[in-house]
Amino acid sequence: MSEVRLLVGSKKGAFILRSDSSRKDWSVEGPHFAGMEVHHLQGSPVEPDRIYAAQWTDWHGQLVQRSDDGGRSWEPVGNEFSYAGETGTHQWYDGTPHPWEFKRIWHLRPSYEDADTVYAGVEDAALFRSGDGGKTWMELDGLRNHSTGQDWAPGAGGMCLHTILLDPGNPARIVVAISAAGAFRSDDGGRSWSVATGGLSSNYMPDPTAPIGHCVHKLSMHPSRPDTLFMQKHWDVCRSDDAGRNWTEVSGNLPSDFGFAIASHAHEAETVYVVPIKSDAEHFPPEGKLRVYRSRTGGGEWEALTEGLPQENCFVDVMRDAMAVDSLDECGVYFGTTGGQVYASPDEGESWRAIVEHLPRVHSVEVQTIP
Amino acid sequence: MTEVRVALPAHLRTLARTGSEVRLEVVRTPTIAAVLDELESCYPVLRGTIRDHGSAHRRAYIRLFGAGRDLSHESPESLLPAAVRSGAEPLRVVGAIAGG
Repeated sequence: MSEVRLLVGSKKGAFILRSDSSRKDWSVEGPHFAGMEVHHLQGSPVEPDRIYAAQWTDWHGQLVQRSDDGGRSWEPVGNEFSYAGETGTHQWYDGTPHPWEFKRIWHLRPSYEDADTVYAGVEDAALFRSGDGGKTWMELDGLRNHSTGQDWAPGAGGMCLHTILLDPGNPARIVVAISAAGAFRSDDGGRSWSVATGGLSSNYMPDPTAPIGHCVHKLSMHPSRPDTLFMQKHWDVCRSDDAGRNWTEVSGNLPSDFGFAIASHAHEAETVYVVPIKSDAEHFPPEGKLRVYRSRTGGGEWEALTEGLPQENCFVDVMRDAMAVDSLDECGVYFGTTGGQVYASPDEGESWRAIVEHLPRVHSVEVQTIP
Repeated sequence: MTEVRVALPAHLRTLARTGSEVRLEVVRTPTIAAVLDELESCYPVLRGTIRDHGSAHRRAYIRLFGAGRDLSHESPESLLPAAVRSGAEPLRVVGAIAGG
């Protein structure tokens, strides 16, 4: 029988939740790395028992650990992230040039080809790659050295590369998103990059349609249709059908098009999920009702999914990496909250249940479906 | 050769899989840098957790105490206090008090 494994990163450690394919009963293991902030964990599509985890504390900086037994035991691997060549500068909050400084990992993405190859998105925004299971890391500096790099600027949460999308059918294609620089695409394995923000409009920018400066919160992609991307932006939900060259807004009837998380259905390329958040000033669900919205039409038309979710007095947030899907026949959808709940729906979002509560603030939720 | 005791904070004990203190045999003149070099040599997993990779600067939220003194702002090439050099007291690696 299949196992579904949730990898939960939180403010004070990591948790692993396991269930069989019925997704009714869940075990909770953890906290792993107790007391450390775990921004993200992600398993290898090639060897699911290989999991990478990024831990961070103010005291000791960045650590990376690796498991080869599905998260039951962990070994520290390399934590040296040195920018390649001349570091250069980006824009600081006051508009002055500021040197790139490594602060932490936001996102890990193991490759579809090789369990030892894994990408890391970091703050200050850059993309690193390891080809030896995380022991050593090398920057793919074509991104940071993009002609616009000197103009990138941090948002309030820092200048982080938080999304890495790989195309399972084309290892040369990588799409990344950076707050608050925008989105970029490479078609040569990360050596060169093009801006992937055509058609976006952001009113918080002096020129709302400038190529750089959009605060992209998260991207999702259905593996069967890698040119179609969905985006939750700092205001606006958008889609692109040409790998990010051009975007159109598909917020439609959402109660708010602000939010952080976005996820694509495992089997239906036109089905996508978001969790609307009231506004950039009030990071909680509109009307205190926690609602996942699903579109089966690739955006534009959205339906509220509320069964089992709190519909009053709910003021949690759902972070950008905190929603994911499994790949069982009836697609399961999962998300974690800043209030420490992890909600699961085994029926494509029709009904929900908190499978664990009272965890620390949840930063990330990833799902592994083990045959 | 000098045997120096180093007391580690909780996360580093877990990471290095040690008790609260480790004992190091320091061949070089027992300066702050020499002891931290030896610590990282014996426990490579601690590289980058007390001092930055590359610059070897003390991380901002780490303090170094010994023999009742704050050694955090001393030159890395400073000799450790006599009580630490003799092994009577440990060099204490301390995480700054933090909330949240």
